[in-house]
Amino acid sequence: MRRSLMASVLMSALALVSVASPALAQAPDPEAVRKEIEQLRKEFEEIRRQYGARLAALEAKVAAAPAVTQEQPAAAAAAQAPVVADIQPQPAPVSGGASAGASKVFNPDIAAIGNFLGSVGRSPGNPNPGKALELHESEVSLQAIVDPYARADFFLSFGEQGVGVEEGFVTFPTIPGGVLLKVGKMRAAFGKVNGLHTHVLPWADRPLVTRNLVGGEDGINDAGISVARIIPNPWFFLEATGQVFRGDSADVFQSSRRGDLTYLARLRAYQDLGEATNIDLGASLASGHNNAGVLDGVDLGRFTTRLSGLDATLRWKPLQRSIYHSFIARSEFVWSRREQGGGPQSAFGYYVSGDYQLGRRWFAGVRVDRSAHADNAGHIDTGQALVLTYMPSEFSVVRGMYRRTRYAQQTQTSNEFLMQFQFAIGAHGAHPF
Amino acid sequence: MEEREGVRWCATQLGSKGKRHMHMTRHVVTLVVLSSLMMPAPIFAQSKLNVVATTEDLASLAREVGGDRINVEGIARGYQDPHFVEAKPSFILKLQKADLLIVVGLELEIGWLPPLILQSRNVKVQVGAEGYLDASQRVKILDIPTSQITRAMGDVHPLGNPHYWMDPENGRIIAREVADKLSQFRPGDRAYFEQRLADFDKRLTEAENRWSADVAPYKGIKVVTYHRSFPNFAERFGLDIVGYVEPRPGIPPSPSHTFELIQEMKRLNIKLVLVEPYFDLKTPEAIGRSTGAQVLVMPPSVGGVKEATDYFALFDYNIKLLVNAIKAAGGK
Repeated sequence: MRRSLMASVLMSALALVSVASPALAQAPDPEAVRKEIEQLRKEFEEIRRQYGARLAALEAKVAAAPAVTQEQPAAAAAAQAPVVADIQPQPAPVSGGASAGASKVFNPDIAAIGNFLGSVGRSPGNPNPGKALELHESEVSLQAIVDPYARADFFLSFGEQGVGVEEGFVTFPTIPGGVLLKVGKMRAAFGKVNGLHTHVLPWADRPLVTRNLVGGEDGINDAGISVARIIPNPWFFLEATGQVFRGDSADVFQSSRRGDLTYLARLRAYQDLGEATNIDLGASLASGHNNAGVLDGVDLGRFTTRLSGLDATLRWKPLQRSIYHSFIARSEFVWSRREQGGGPQSAFGYYVSGDYQLGRRWFAGVRVDRSAHADNAGHIDTGQALVLTYMPSEFSVVRGMYRRTRYAQQTQTSNEFLMQFQFAIGAHGAHPF
Repeated sequence: MEEREGVRWCATQLGSKGKRHMHMTRHVVTLVVLSSLMMPAPIFAQSKLNVVATTEDLASLAREVGGDRINVEGIARGYQDPHFVEAKPSFILKLQKADLLIVVGLELEIGWLPPLILQSRNVKVQVGAEGYLDASQRVKILDIPTSQITRAMGDVHPLGNPHYWMDPENGRIIAREVADKLSQFRPGDRAYFEQRLADFDKRLTEAENRWSADVAPYKGIKVVTYHRSFPNFAERFGLDIVGYVEPRPGIPPSPSHTFELIQEMKRLNIKLVLVEPYFDLKTPEAIGRSTGAQVLVMPPSVGGVKEATDYFALFDYNIKLLVNAIKAAGGK
């Protein structure tokens, strides 16, 4: 529209020049020229008025036109699009009140990660024997800044059992007082492994202690509120985290009353031991109601579970050759005290692992496991695992893992070989630390 | 029914102990939350601006302009691959105290900086805040993809090559931006920053004339580099980069690509292979043995070698290294 108006102005100006030039050349009566110019000015004003009126009318028409909603059929949207395009050709047709161009800028970062697992071998006593071949999990992440005060992260998990929101939380990083506040469904800050998504683990499975005492693959993962603050001190990085959850985490915490919340506290200390080496220590405490007293959906027992954990991670990565060589030693020790019918059970479990990067793409690791069962401390599983990982790029992983496990009350040892393929597409995520 | 009775019995027996545990944990969590909220925030030095730069190059440029009115810390070391820096909590502490964060941008730090910024709890340096300066905004960017890109092309940066500080003219622009930002934070020191910027500008012009004169006789010399770290440097100083040791950006050398590269280098009589200090020299040296080319460890960043102590020393070192190598190889 503006283009048309400008074209008219330009044409009028050209007309003015073309009319005026010969007049000047012939040196006519100045009065006649003045009249002619006055006439042209009036004509120009009239054209401008007409265009202004037409412009206003069309703008009103556009404003009055019903907005095409996303629910409307595509045909209806298509039928309306030309009308809009006729009036204002520059922007793309409007659909659902969202412009095709600018809105994409605000789309969240999207990524999808596939985790394919193959298992062979014998596993007598394994409560969750893997299938021969399975797309174990597909994770879709949606991450973006919400506004100047918050960012949001969604992790949707698609497994063979269905779809679930693995995590969905909002983080407020700029709250006064240096507090990092998270609200939503999230993996709890209990130890190290519980907070990690499957695709960033250095193994094809989770350690026995996670499986027996900390809720298995789903882990302590619940709706709640998390507050974390760095405790200022002149020596090292120290962070305190307090979390409150609804009380609905796999088979660890289950509450049947609104007031029976799960509480979690964690203290994390980190120190650089040099340019290449650092140590990360943590202590965690979690307490909440368990499902031991729930019969026929009624919580009769009001039993609780308390988990205490210590974790230590030692990393070595020489900076100049950081893409070729590194070593990470990890360990977690977990004590569980679970009340249940027949008396409380105090179970203990741990894992110790080491992963060495052999070259740019190759990693080798070993893990030793031991864990009692939360509901029967006398039943103890033990295991050892060897892992070899090949990373063609940052976005894909091929992993082989030999796992030897002696499950409680089994006379035979379980020997399994797991093969894992992971592949990520979409937005570049942060490297795990 | 009997089972329920049993449960009730156990509940009575265990109830008091369980509640004690429950209360204890609840008290600990409450304590953590309250102490978090009540503890005073760290007291920051008011006299000097705390500047954190993601690389030593940006830190050096900030130092040139800010002088003794700022404290500057870099995160990635110059001899470290800036694509793969670990998001250590000790960096969170640096960012927590920062008034200004200067980043290279163009997704160079995408793998490690976002979690650090988030966990810094520092409102000043969040993306888009006043204390967040993306140094790539006004500089000349090369290698901006003009057609659709996929990761089949390797670790391609969709916004262009992030190693732009290797052109001193871009360094001049970055220094200007830093001066403007520092003046914005400390208007009273504007004259000081402007004076330092003018001095930097003058010294950079003199140095550029010197560097250009040194390399002028060898303009157009053909070289191979390991990664695509030097396009801006090559454009400024007249190098012709005709191949890379990496088959694609971020992808380690493959035998077939190395073989093709050797053939191409022999065909074009290329006698120089430039390697960043953080890459393995095994393949470049094999290429050197096959082609008779010299392998030069050339730092793309301040601190990449011990002689490259600041932005000027980085170019001094690289130009000298290059010229000496060309001379040793007998000219072009």
